Amino acid sequence: MQNKSLNIGILIIGFLTIIAILAPLVSPFDPSVIDQDSLLMPPSLKHFLGTDTLGRDLFSRIVFGARISLGIGLVAVGIATLVGLILGAVAGFYGGRIDGLIMRFVDIMLCFPTFYLILAVAAILGPSIFNIMIIVGLTSWMGVARLVRGEILSLKEREFIQAEKSIGASNLRIIIRHLIPNAIGPVLVSATLGIGGAILLESGLSFLGLGVQPPTPSWGNILIESKSTLGVAWWITVFPGLAILTTILGFNLIAEGLKKKMGS
Amino acid sequence: MITYIFRRLFGLLPMLFGITLISFMVIKLAPGKPVMLQYSLNPKISLDEIKRLEKIEGFDKPLYVQYFNWLGNLSRFNFGRSISDGRFVMDKIVERLPVTLSINILSLFLIFLIAVPWGVRSALKQGSTFDRVSTLVMFLLFAAPTFWLALLLMQLFCIQFGWLPISGITALDFEHFNWWQKVFDIGRHLFLPVLVSALAGFAGICRYMRSNMIEALQQPYIYTARAKGLSENKIIYKHALRNALLPIVTILGLSLPGLLGGSIIFESIFAIPGIGRLFYEAAMMRDINLIMAEIILVAVLTMLGNLIADVLYAYVDPRIRYKK
Repeated sequence: MQNKSLNIGILIIGFLTIIAILAPLVSPFDPSVIDQDSLLMPPSLKHFLGTDTLGRDLFSRIVFGARISLGIGLVAVGIATLVGLILGAVAGFYGGRIDGLIMRFVDIMLCFPTFYLILAVAAILGPSIFNIMIIVGLTSWMGVARLVRGEILSLKEREFIQAEKSIGASNLRIIIRHLIPNAIGPVLVSATLGIGGAILLESGLSFLGLGVQPPTPSWGNILIESKSTLGVAWWITVFPGLAILTTILGFNLIAEGLKKKMGS
Repeated sequence: MITYIFRRLFGLLPMLFGITLISFMVIKLAPGKPVMLQYSLNPKISLDEIKRLEKIEGFDKPLYVQYFNWLGNLSRFNFGRSISDGRFVMDKIVERLPVTLSINILSLFLIFLIAVPWGVRSALKQGSTFDRVSTLVMFLLFAAPTFWLALLLMQLFCIQFGWLPISGITALDFEHFNWWQKVFDIGRHLFLPVLVSALAGFAGICRYMRSNMIEALQQPYIYTARAKGLSENKIIYKHALRNALLPIVTILGLSLPGLLGGSIIFESIFAIPGIGRLFYEAAMMRDINLIMAEIILVAVLTMLGNLIADVLYAYVDPRIRYKK
């Protein structure tokens, strides 16, 4: 059976990744060079997507923004997945009091609207790319933890785990060698969805001025300018948003495709 | 039912404790001394003065003492004063809460009103052109950043067509309007914010409703209903729809944090004086007391939202009520 959503998703994300890696080669201009002679130019052959209020080439800025957005998405989700995997596995495997404690912690963390918590920490620690990765990562692991716990609860009663126990394997070995690899499927799906979510969070944060700081271009902070150029320069609003939309669409398609693949 | 509600309320206490503990740790994350943070803009402050202020605010005591002092203040609803204008934080929040809550409740209402029939129609005509187009639209909507949609809609309705005002919740000459003009004016101002906030949750609920309805239609009781010879309308609306709607009650409760989180962005885009914009301003000014108070408030609102959703669920589905 062909898996259309998976293929299209991989195509989109692969394409974006290549662009992000080859950013200096792909972009026709330096993304931070100010050009007084071409302020707010509409899309043309010279500037594919136009220029912003400082005359910087929008296409180059979006291409370099891809590096930041994809990078933050990947690292943040890496952190979230690792934390969720560890806490979920421990809770599911040991059960009892430890399980109760960890799951209570998850419940409490879920009460905090993520965006408020992220904004508060970003304001207190000061906005930087590194901080955003950590903050987004540490506020979005709860879903993974619940997922892993559920998987492991059902896995640990299975025969191959009982067999492993009977030959005297250590708990750590059982968790790392047997339980986690068998539970990784759904985690992969949620991590893929998570990258889209993290990129969305980052763009919102940067849009509010508490994320990636100018002059470093990110899709969110390019959009800050669109508030003041509304009605004057539609391209500044439309293109960065399309970039975010396409990326998240790509990751969602991959997640959808993976789900289908595992279901069949 | 009453015992169920009480049991759930009692279970909230440890959660409340955890929420305050985490919030407290977030404040303490701040590098440097908290007094320095508040007075760093004042060049006249001396080192002795800082020590004295630290003593007054209790920052020289061990952390756990500070935490319990702070908790004591919270239990009397005393969140301290705002750094920016010295007013009580609680007063500032209370005067802005109604705007945010009404926008969020209106948009929840709108989501429910449109997403449910839409999802049902999609499910009933599974595979039709309507279903396929709507699945595609939902997928796109799901991936679109809300604040970007807000900017696009603003460009379209406020600037291109000039139909709607661009920011705030009332016109400048609001005072001179008569009653129905006032209502009309607020409606015009709130239209886009409510729409944008609804769009954010719409795609999720709609897709969820569709899959719920499809699942409900395959249940054995539907075969029974068909076998009894019930009319198709009765089968769909009385048997399938009622069961498919059950989880939606919970989902609406769970979507509260997302909606409140979204408030921060769209309230600052549309310049709406609600708690989202208040929080944004507090974050920009590092107004610690205000930040903490809002985080706790929003977390408690979320907790209560979940509780109400669970109670409603128990109310509509007796199976939950009598479990255990």
